[in-house]
Parts: sequence; structure tokens; C-alpha cells
Amino acid sequence: MTGAEAANALFVATILIYAAAMFSYAVEYAFDKRAPKRAKALVAVGGASDTDTSADVATEAPISPAAARGAGRLGLVLTFLGTAALAASIVTRVIYTGRWPWGNMFEYTVGVALAGMVTWLWLVSRGSVPRRLGLFATFAVTMVLGTSVRVYTEAGPLVPALDSYWIIIHVTAAIASSGILLIGCVFAILHLLKRSFDRRVSDGKPIRFPLNIAERLPDATALERLTFKIHVFAFPLLTFGIIAGSVWAHLAWGRYWNWDPKEVWAFIAWVVYAAYLHARVSGRSAKANAPWLAILGYAVMLFNLTAVNLVFSGLHSYAGV
Amino acid sequence: MTATLTPAQRKPKAAKRFRAFWRRWWHQLTAMRTALILLLALALAAIPGSTFPQRSISTVDVAGYFDEHPDLAPWLDRLWAFDVYTSPWFSAIYLLLMVSLVGCILPRLNVHWKALRAKVPDAPARMSILPYHRVLDPGADANQGRARAVLKQQRWRTAVREHEDGTVVIAAEKGYLRETGNLLFHTSIIFILVGVALGSLMSWYGNRILSEDKSYCNNLQQYDEYGLGAWVDETALPQFCLTLNAFDAEFTDGGPTAYDADVTYEADGETGEYGLEVNHPLNIDGTNVFLIGHGYTAVVTYTDRYGQTQTLHQEFLSMDAALNSEGAFKFPDVNVDPETGEVDEDAEVGFDAILVPTFDDSTAMLLGTDPELNNPVLALTAYTGDLGLGDGLPESVYSVNEDQIASGELEQVNDDVEVIGVGDSMTLPDGTTLTFDGVEQYAVLQVRHDPGGPVVLAGAVLLLLGLLPGLAVRRRRYWIRWNPDGTVETAGLNRNDFDGLDEECDELTAAIAPGFEPPGTHTDKSGSDE
Ligand code: HEM
Repeated sequence: MTGAEAANALFVATILIYAAAMFSYAVEYAFDKRAPKRAKALVAVGGASDTDTSADVATEAPISPAAARGAGRLGLVLTFLGTAALAASIVTRVIYTGRWPWGNMFEYTVGVALAGMVTWLWLVSRGSVPRRLGLFATFAVTMVLGTSVRVYTEAGPLVPALDSYWIIIHVTAAIASSGILLIGCVFAILHLLKRSFDRRVSDGKPIRFPLNIAERLPDATALERLTFKIHVFAFPLLTFGIIAGSVWAHLAWGRYWNWDPKEVWAFIAWVVYAAYLHARVSGRSAKANAPWLAILGYAVMLFNLTAVNLVFSGLHSYAGV
Repeated sequence: MTATLTPAQRKPKAAKRFRAFWRRWWHQLTAMRTALILLLALALAAIPGSTFPQRSISTVDVAGYFDEHPDLAPWLDRLWAFDVYTSPWFSAIYLLLMVSLVGCILPRLNVHWKALRAKVPDAPARMSILPYHRVLDPGADANQGRARAVLKQQRWRTAVREHEDGTVVIAAEKGYLRETGNLLFHTSIIFILVGVALGSLMSWYGNRILSEDKSYCNNLQQYDEYGLGAWVDETALPQFCLTLNAFDAEFTDGGPTAYDADVTYEADGETGEYGLEVNHPLNIDGTNVFLIGHGYTAVVTYTDRYGQTQTLHQEFLSMDAALNSEGAFKFPDVNVDPETGEVDEDAEVGFDAILVPTFDDSTAMLLGTDPELNNPVLALTAYTGDLGLGDGLPESVYSVNEDQIASGELEQVNDDVEVIGVGDSMTLPDGTTLTFDGVEQYAVLQVRHDPGGPVVLAGAVLLLLGLLPGLAVRRRRYWIRWNPDGTVETAGLNRNDFDGLDEECDELTAAIAPGFEPPGTHTDKSGSDE
């Protein structure tokens, strides 16, 4: 097996392992009975009358809560395993190309997936998030990996402009912040789900898909705080990445800021995230809308990663698709 | 009452109203919500700059857009769609944001300055209204000396107050660095903008295509393209000359992996050698020389009807990643009888050419796929007649003037392009020849001086230095009070929205009062179930 084949095999293994992990988390998420108890308490607070339906489903569940928790633990082990396989795949690429592994869009996207999952595992290890939410993290990361397949490129040598230690500094910062912000975006979405779930419950309205997923989510306030903390952590990193990029632009292109499409959209993302941080401290209604800004920010990041690479032409274009 | 007002009395009232009016607007402008809206407006306004070609990036692309959309383009141009980042509407947004920022920073600076010097405020009479509150039992052994020592060691700012009724309060506060960082961060944004503005006024740049063995000196006439800031005196540009000794491009698997331009520079009577590479500019007294591109120079010799020869070194413009390049050879002053000095009819000769670095004659394709010079050929179309060079209009050096062909003043000689390799010649019907002597390389150099750059960089570093504590540090207060009745109370207050206050205050209380037992059950905040 050549290095390239080994790297690709590890990559495919990663996707399969994450898919298995996702399934295990889903079992825990659906059948661990402790979570419905929380929801029941919430519903009772809301004053609705049909409190028992969810609990009934849980008691009749084909999988016992203990087994469900076992599945969750398996999911966590698989997540670690898959992340190790992903890291190994990247390292294998480094060894056979003999260069830093951020040379084209595929490699960049894979890096974002790794950064996202490492962030997730770190949060779980610190006890900041319940394990069963790994369902959403593995889902998001697997989607990212799936997208990367569509832009798969044979690893080749780097063009001269990329041959610089600034690729390590700038691109690593960009990848790390994109990965962390991915998880931040997941929490912003979960928060909004839970919030509207709570609202419907207290209004006594029926809960339909996808809102019924929110039943077992942690408290909306806790999700919001976590969203904020992740963004507070990622924002300086994003800032640093942009600054490092402009230092590199000065060296490679002769000018530190060229308003090249990639720079324009990085600037837009930065401004949107700054707006998110402000919204959170500018009063009640702005704070309530802040999670939407976080999601908008990530949409801009994704746009910059995909559309700007594929559609716009600019100085960054040579990085190879 | 109003009727009896003298003008002198009325005036202050008008002035007051005027001031009130501005104060209201000023408050609006400096409200955080306005900043939020302006930030989002700025993000939105930046978008068109990525969808329309920008003059600051490529005037060629803008011209191309005008060709493709002849009706729409002039309208877009009136809306500054091709100069978004210098347009009045983009500038208006960021200037408003800057004003808002200054209006926000100044009062906060004042408040923060006072807070830094003021005594930490006393505890409220009813401490139980605070988010963290504990009443210690007498066995906890809260000692005032120890409290001071512990708080000092943990770097709290403290104020001790002894009230007349015997109450003693130690008030402590920590995390002033948050606001310091925040102010530094917001101030450095202004700093960066000043740097950018300085740059646009004081910077200049020039782009120059330089073939191997050629030299040029730094003045504007020598540049193919240049730009000057409003404050730059073009006669005062630094004096230096550059020679390109050799250019070397390395290729691996058909892709370039390294460019290396070996240059000699001469400044202030001193000469030096430098290996100019991408990412590795040459600095001559604060002016940077960058290698931003490269290409091929074709060398050809034309032999005219009288046997006179002319040799041209012509730079070609690459059209793709494989460096298939286009260019033209123009001979306006050939076919002149050396004895009589008489110019022949249809004397001028021109060639449109494509240079293919690696021609593969086993395929029907003219264009190659390999940028390296493995089998270079020229594909030529010859024209005779009037090249139209004398009319004073600027024209491309990379192609023969199409208008002259259209008007019939230039006549195409060969119907099919003729492909010749190095050493070969193309013979025209009149017996004259064009010989392909070989290929050289050229480097595209950019010379740029931007005194705003270091200011911007310093601003960016300060911005990061401010951002970290501005986001990560928590500002909080802690009080401990010895009441006359012998009870001791502690309380804590978060001044930012963060959790962990209870835990921290409990630890602090326990350090001050060894007998203190924090209430064991913490509420489960994160919903963690492990
Ligand atoms: C270019 C424009 C601006 C940018 C990029 C920006 C960025 C930021 C960032 C990233 C933060 C940290 C958020 C946090 O502490 O949670 C912040 C905080 C803050 N900004 Fe701005 N800002 C800008 C303009 C303004 C303006 C015009 C105002 C005043 C109206 C303002 C007022 C504040 C305040 C009061 C905070 C502190 C919030 C806190 O302590 O939590 N900012 N800003």
C-alpha cells in the first residue's frame, strides 16, 4: 500500500467509525431514561397537562437505560478512535508528501473536521457537555468530512507562494478557529431548538419534528452560555489567523491587504462574530437574537471555504481545489 | 413670562436646545446597538467588492467586465461597484463606526480611570440581595488579618472600612484588566485605521517585468504600472538600480515548486546580491522588492529584404498554469533600403505569436500541459503593412493592433499558423525570415514602500493583546463583613456574565475562615450526567 492509499484508507475508516459513533450516541440519546425525567420536570413547570406521553415511551423502550448508557460510552470510545484515525490519516499524508498538510481545499476541510472533533472531545472530557450530545457533534463533523470528499485532490507539491512557514501559522489558526466555531455553531442551533421547544411547551402547543429532538437537550440557558464561551475562545484565534494571513500576504504578494475575495469574506465573518459578541451585551432582545448571528457567522465561514474557493477567482485560487 | 425675555435670555435657551439635540444624536450614535447595526452594515457593504472586479486589484478584469456588460457596467460604475472599498458609501459606514467607537471609548476611558483609583465600594446594607451570599457560623473562625493576607495574596484590590457601630467590612474587587484590555482592543482598531490611511497617502508601488541580464533604475518611467499616494513626491523616490542576473524556476510533476531570482542591487554607491524568492523579499532602506510573478521571453531575429537583421527580446504573457503564453513581435523600421534610405511599400512587419513551453507533436493540440521548457515552439501569424505604432495611442505589446487588421492596413500573410522550434525560421513570401533564437525568462517585480504597514501591524498586535484579557478576564467583587452581633457574612457579585462565581467565592471564604463548610450541593448547570 502506498502512503496515499494508506491515508485514504484511514480517512474512509474515520467516516465509518464516526457513523458508528453517531448511531451509538443516538441510542443513548433516545433511550437513556434520565433525560426524559428532566424534560418532565420542565413540562410540569410549564403547566401543560399531557406530561406523561414522553415518559411512557421511555418506559416501554426496547433498550434499557443502562444499555443505552453503555451505547453512549461505546460512542465516546468510537469518537476517540475515529479522531485518532483521522489524525493518523493526516500524519500519513505529511509523511509521504513531505510537507505540511494544508495544501488544498480537501486537506483544509479535513483539518477543520479534526479541529472540530478535538474541541468536542475536550469539552466532553472537561465535563462541560453531556456525552449524549456527541450525536450532534459527530453528525456535524461527518457532514464536513463528507463534503471534503467532493473536493478530493491528490496531494501534490506546493506552489512557491505556499512554500513558507506562514502556512503553518496562518492556515493552522484558520483551521483551528473554523473547527471550534463549527462546534459553537452546533450549540447555537441546539440552543435555539431548545428555546423554541420550551416556548411551545409553555404555550401548550404540540411538538413536532425536529423540535421533539430538543426534549433531551440540556437547559437552554446552559446551552447559550456554552455557545458564548466557545465563541469567546475562538474569536481571538480567528483574529490571529487573519492577522497572520496579512503578514503572509505582505511577504508573498507584496501587500498586506488586497481585498481579494478570501480576505473580503474573512473580514465579513470577523465583523459578524464581533457583532455577535456585542449583541450579547447590548440588551435583552439583542441577546436573544445573538445565536442567529453566530449561525450567520458560520454560514459566512462555510461560504468562504466553499463558494469563494470554487466560484470566485482571486489570489487564493492557486491553492488547488 | 416668555414675552418678557430679553434676547440675551433667549439665546442660551436656543443654544441649550441645540446642544440637547446634538447630545441626543451623539447618544444614539455611540449606543452599543448602533455599533451593532453599523458592524452588520459594514459586513454587508463589503460583499459587492468580492462579486464585481475591483480596479484596485485588476484594471484588466474591470475592462473585461465593461466589454461583457456594456449597458450595465457604466451604471454600476456610477455606484462605485468597481471601487467598493474607496466608495463614499463604504467610507461613510466605517467613518460612522469610527466616530461611534471614539464616542464609546472616551467616556469608558474616563470611567475606567476613575474606577482604577476609586476605593472599592462598600457592601450593601442587605448583603443577602447579592447573587452569592453566605452567613458563617461562629465556629468558622473568620479572621480579619487572614482575610487581608489571603485577598492580597490572590491579588484582589481591597478596601477596609470600620463603621461606628463596630461593623468591619473588607471589600475586594478583581479583574480590572478586562476593561483595560477591552479599551486597548477598541483603541487599536482606530490605530489600525490611522495606519491604513497613512499608507494610502504615503505609499507608492511599481510593477516591473525584468528579463534576465536586464537592469532598470527606480523611477516611474521605468515601471510598467505604478501607483502613488497623495503625499508622495515622485521626484523624491529612493535611488537604486536592480539587475536580474538569472531566474530559475523549479518544477515537480508539472507544477512549479520554487522560483528564485538572482538579483544585483545598487543603492547609495553600494552593491549587493540577493536571492529573491516568493515569500522572501529584498529590503532596500525600507523599500521592499517582491517577486510576484514570472514568464518567458522569446528571442527572435528578423532578416529583411536587404539582409539587415534585428533581434528582439519579447516578454510573453502567460495564459494558463502550463505557461502557454501570448505575445507579439513588431518590426516598424525594417525593409528600408540601406543605400537610398527609401522605405518599401508594406514595409512594416508584425507577428502574433503563441509560445508553448513544451510542445507535444504526437497530439493535435498546439497548447502544451507542461510549464517547463522541454520543447518550446512559437506558433506564428505574420502581418505586413502599417502596424499603426505612430498614431500615439497606447496599445498592447502582447498583440498586433487589431484595428489595423480590420481596416486592411495590416494584411495577414499566412493563412495557417506556422509552428517553429528553436533554431528554425519562418520564411515570408517576400523572402524575409524570422528565426526563433531561444527562450529566456523574466521576473515580475513589485517594488513597494508603505510606511503605514508597521503602524497597522503594531495596531494588530495591540488589538490581540487587548482582546485576550478583554474577553477572558472576569470582573467580580467580594465582601466580607463582621457584624456587631458576632456574625460574619460574605457576598459576591459578578460584573460580567460568567459562571463559577459561587465556587470561587466559596473557596475564598474557606481560605479566610478554615471552619467554613460550603453548602455541598451545587446546582447542576451544564446538564452533565456523568
Ligand atoms: C469596529 C468596530 C468594533 C469592533 C470590531 C468591536 C469588537 C468588540 C469585541 C470583539 C468585543 C468583545 C466582546 C465581549 O467582551 O464580550 C467588544 C466589546 C465591547 N464593545 Fe466593541 N467593537 C466595535 C465597536 C464598538 C463601539 C462603536 C462601541 C460603543 C458604542 C463598542 C462597545 C463595546 C463594549 C461596551 C464592549 C464591552 C462588552 C463587555 O465587556 O462584555 N464597540 N467589542
